[in-house]
Parts: sequence; structure tokens; C-alpha cells
Amino acid sequence: MTTADLLGKIIQVVGALAAFALVIGLLLFLIDRAPKRGRDYWQLTFFIAPALLLLLAGLIYPAFRTSLLAFTNSSGAYVGAENFVWMFTQPAALITLGNTLIWVVVVPTISTAIGLGYAVFIDKSRGEKYFKALVFMPMAISFVGAGIIWRFIYDYKSGGSDQIGLLNQIVVWLGGQPVQWLQTSPINTFLLIIVMIWIQTGFAMVILSAAIKGVPTEQIEAAELDGTNAWQRFTNVTIPGIRGSLVVVITTISIATLKVFDIVRTMTAGNFNTSVIANEMYTQAFRAGEQGRGAALAIVLFLMVLPIVIYNVRIMRKQREIR
Amino acid sequence: MSDNVVDLPIVGTKKNALEVVTVGTKSARVKRRLTSRTATVVSLVIAILWTLPTFGLFVSSFRPAGLITTTGWWTILQNPGFTLDNYKEVLLSTSQSSPQLGAYFVNSLAIAIPATIFPLVIASMAAYAFAWIKFKGSGALFVLVFALQIVPLQLALIPLLQMFTAILKPGQEALHQLIPMIPAQNYLPVWIAHTIFALPLAIFLLHNFISEIPSEVIEAARVDGASHGQVFFRIVLPLAVPALASFAIFQFLWVWNDLLVALIFSGGTPDVAPLTQRLAELTGTRGQDWQRLTAAAFVSLIVPLIVFFSLQRYFVRGLLAGSTKG
Repeated sequence: MTTADLLGKIIQVVGALAAFALVIGLLLFLIDRAPKRGRDYWQLTFFIAPALLLLLAGLIYPAFRTSLLAFTNSSGAYVGAENFVWMFTQPAALITLGNTLIWVVVVPTISTAIGLGYAVFIDKSRGEKYFKALVFMPMAISFVGAGIIWRFIYDYKSGGSDQIGLLNQIVVWLGGQPVQWLQTSPINTFLLIIVMIWIQTGFAMVILSAAIKGVPTEQIEAAELDGTNAWQRFTNVTIPGIRGSLVVVITTISIATLKVFDIVRTMTAGNFNTSVIANEMYTQAFRAGEQGRGAALAIVLFLMVLPIVIYNVRIMRKQREIR
Repeated sequence: MSDNVVDLPIVGTKKNALEVVTVGTKSARVKRRLTSRTATVVSLVIAILWTLPTFGLFVSSFRPAGLITTTGWWTILQNPGFTLDNYKEVLLSTSQSSPQLGAYFVNSLAIAIPATIFPLVIASMAAYAFAWIKFKGSGALFVLVFALQIVPLQLALIPLLQMFTAILKPGQEALHQLIPMIPAQNYLPVWIAHTIFALPLAIFLLHNFISEIPSEVIEAARVDGASHGQVFFRIVLPLAVPALASFAIFQFLWVWNDLLVALIFSGGTPDVAPLTQRLAELTGTRGQDWQRLTAAAFVSLIVPLIVFFSLQRYFVRGLLAGSTKG
């Protein structure tokens, strides 16, 4: 990077921010001096039009376009439902769909289970804050960064030489032969899933921990006086007390999992039978030039996310009403 | 402070999740430790398992190239070695084959800062209008914006790229003609894309907060003759700072860590592409150059980790709020 490049970049950022501030300021100046008749109308337009125009041009219109694209082939001719037929008949595409299903079943279940267990175990213990920060930290790391961290763990060196990947070293210590983990189907999908679990567990833990602290202590103490053991108190008092948060955590992680792209992209790029819908969508639309197929995959993704989001939103709204 | 917290639609966030102070008498604590020795062991194991991967990478990034690729980082005591060369190489080296992360680091910042400020301003204006300017169809329009959160950004990518190529490209080239220092391939598409994708969530969250400002405050100002613009800048924005901060941090990290939007809209050149994209490229082409990859990964992690450890409380809040984004 030369100094000129850097200067160009700084000019871009500062220039853009200045231009943005200037436009907003100028508009604000003008609307305050708009003719008295209809001034309210102008003010409303100023406040709301930028957001609405951007959403219309950048989200609503493209979403409709994508829905139409899904019924065309790579040269833009109408092909009916061919892209969807391709998706549900081609073995490679079927593997993609199957993998997505595995992801969305395994990731929310395991990360919520570990997150909940961890939250309960460290609840009111000494150093709780630090325990939390350690498990929560992966949440701040990008999926790409996480991909590199875990590729290092899964690294493979052939038989005789020293292993530098921790997983293969453990295998060797136990007397086994090192494995090319990421190239070996079907275990590679599960190894990618572990990365997502590693990231999402912290999220589950933080929310569930807050919920556990919200369960009234009187209830727990009453149960204790009744002679219940810790497990009974957990299943009969704590779990019902945090049901709402559990649902939010599971649905939220499910949505994130359905859209997972970066992990697969960085670790295997979807090779060796590890592709998922979001990755395949990118590959088809932006690498293979099959925009119709990419659009069709995007729509399937939308249909899979839709019910979960609606359910999640309803729960959130209900909780808002209660508060 | 819990009353200033951005009003999130999730239960349990009013209590500051990561900072709940340990309470309980000493005897209770002792008892607890005795009854849950297994729990302590299990949680220790989980904590170690969760930290170990990052730790291993961190240790490795300071080891000389020869050692990283031949011995495991856990043997560091038998094979000692410390060097900063890896960082020097990935950040400063100008040779063609090295990652040259300096430019990409600048790009990440240059993308993330405006891509945080633009949606923040535009969304808070819209949120103000929805909350405090009465107009026909306000309710229905707000529900529509809220509902847009369910559109995954994958659904908008292809047409948006086509639109950018058709409309934005001539503008970018004209700008390049005007100021040759600014490359024809510039940040504009990435900024716009991130701004658009951030809006539905941002408007929804900020509306929740702004609409709960007591109406007397706003009405008093209006009666005194303040215009909507004055009310917005002098009263609403200062009062909404906690909500703005939470969203800003979430959005900044989201943009910083994003790969998909960058891949599609940046064009992949050192002029525009952010760190994440360069890292993804490196793992694809030089997946065994661990001395470079480990240091490069840490360069990209450092900003989010600083944000995480210094602004944990806002970070958690923003994260909870934005968990359905994208």
C-alpha cells in the first residue's frame, strides 16, 4: 500500500462522511424554511424518505426480482420450476440440502445444551464473570477467523512426521493413524458443525444465565425445603422458569445456522460433500454463473427461515406485552 | 442504569448479563462449593476447551515459521522460540507473495466506520418519524419495515449487484476521472449494501427506544415552537445515546466480521476488500502457510476482541438485539 493509496482511502471516507453530513444538514435547513403550507408534510418526507427509498430499492425490489430469477436459466430464459427440480433431484444438490438439515438440528441442540449446563454450573460460583467471558469470547470472533483457528486444530501431517494439528496429535497419542479430517466425508460436516457450536454456545450461555438469575429464589428454596434434590429442582423449577428464553435461544441459533456461509467457505469451500444452502447459493450465482439456481436456493433458504423468524418474533412481542 | 438500557425485546436483558455480581453469604458459598465439585470440574473443562483453540493460534503466531509447521504449539517448552517476524511479514512486507494485510486492515476500517454511521443516522431519523410524527398509514408502514427483517440478505444479493453495475458503476468511474487518487473500484457499493441491510433492525430497535421518551418533553418543545428537526437533534438524539451506542457496536462488529457482503460487492481488490475477504483467500490459496495464517488471523481478531473486552456490556446488549439480523 503506497501513501497515495492510503490518502485516496482517507479522502474517500472523510469525503463520504462530509458529503453525508452536508446533505442531511442542507435538507434540514431547507425544510425548516419550507412554505408554511405543507411544512409538516416536507418534514415528514425528510425524516422518513431516505430509509424507505433505500429499503424499497435495496430490499423489496431485489427480493421480488430474485423470486422471478428463480424461474429462469443462466441465459435469462423462462424455464418454469426447473431450478427447483434440479435442487431436489441432483445428488450434489441433495447433499447440500441434507447437510443444511443436519446443521440446523445439531447446532441449536448441542450449543443450547452445553450453554445451559455451563450457565447452571457456574451460577453464583466464584469467578463467574471470568468463566463467562472465556466461553463468550468466540462470539466476538469472525466466522472467518474461527475457520482458521479450527483448520489449525484439524491440520494433517502424513504418518511419520510430527502433527501440528491438535486433533491428529490426540489421535496419535491414543495410538491411531492421523486422518485428513476435512477431506473425509461425512465426519467433516460434523467437524465444521463443531466450529459453529463453539461460537454459539456463548450466546446461549449468556442469555440463559440471565434467565436463570430471574427465577425467583423463593421457589427454589421452597423446593429445597420440600426435600427435592438438585436435579429435580432443575427440571421442575428452573426449566419451566426459563422456557421463554430457551425458545428464543434455540430459534435464534437455528436462524443463524440456516444462513451459515463463512465457516463452510473458509474451511472447505463446500468441497468434500460439506456444502450448505447459503454456500451453494453463492457458488451457483457468483462463481458458476447460474443465477437462476442461486435465486432458487435463496428462496428455499427464505422459506426455511420464515416460520422460525415468525415464531421468534411472536414470542418476543408476547414477552414485551407481559413486561 | 438499567432504566437507560435500550429496550430489547428479549426477557432478562435488563439485568446486565455479564456483570451480575456474585451475591450470597460466605457460608452459602462454602456450601455451594462442597455440593458441586463435579460441576466445578465440568465447567473448568468446558472453559478450557473453549479457550484452547484461540490460545493455540495465539501462541503459534509468535513462533518462527520453521517451528510452526514442524512441531505442535503444545511442545513450545521443548521447542522454544519467539519472533515477531510473522506479524511484520503479514502487515508490512510488500513482496507479491505476502498477504500485505496493511491495506486490507485500512479497508476494514474504511468500510466499517461509514457503514455504521450511515444506517445509524438514517434509521434514527426514520425511527423518530414513526414515533413522533403522526401521519396516515404510519402503523402499517412500520409493520412493513419490521417485517423486512425476515428477508435474508441472500434474497437481495443478485439483483442488487446487477443494479450497482448498471447505475453505480458510471458514477464511480466519473469520480475516478475527477479525483484520480480514488480508484474506480471504491467503497461506495459496500457502504450502501451494508446500510440497506442494517435498516430494518436499526429502525425497529431505535423506534422502541425513541418512542418511550416521555411525550411531555417532546410536546413542550413543540409548543415552544421547535421544529421537528430541532427536536430531533437537540432532544431525541442526546436522550437516545445508550440505544445508539448498543446498535453502533453491534453494527460495527457485524460489518467488520462480514464476509458475504464483502465478497459480492467489494470486487476483491486491495483497493476495497476487507480483512475477512483476504483471510478467506489466503486459506484457500496458502492453506499450509501457518506462520502467515496464524498472525493474519490475529490481526483480524484484535479489533473485535478489544471491543469485546472493553465494551462487554454494550456488546452483549447489541448482540442480543441483533441476533436475528442477516
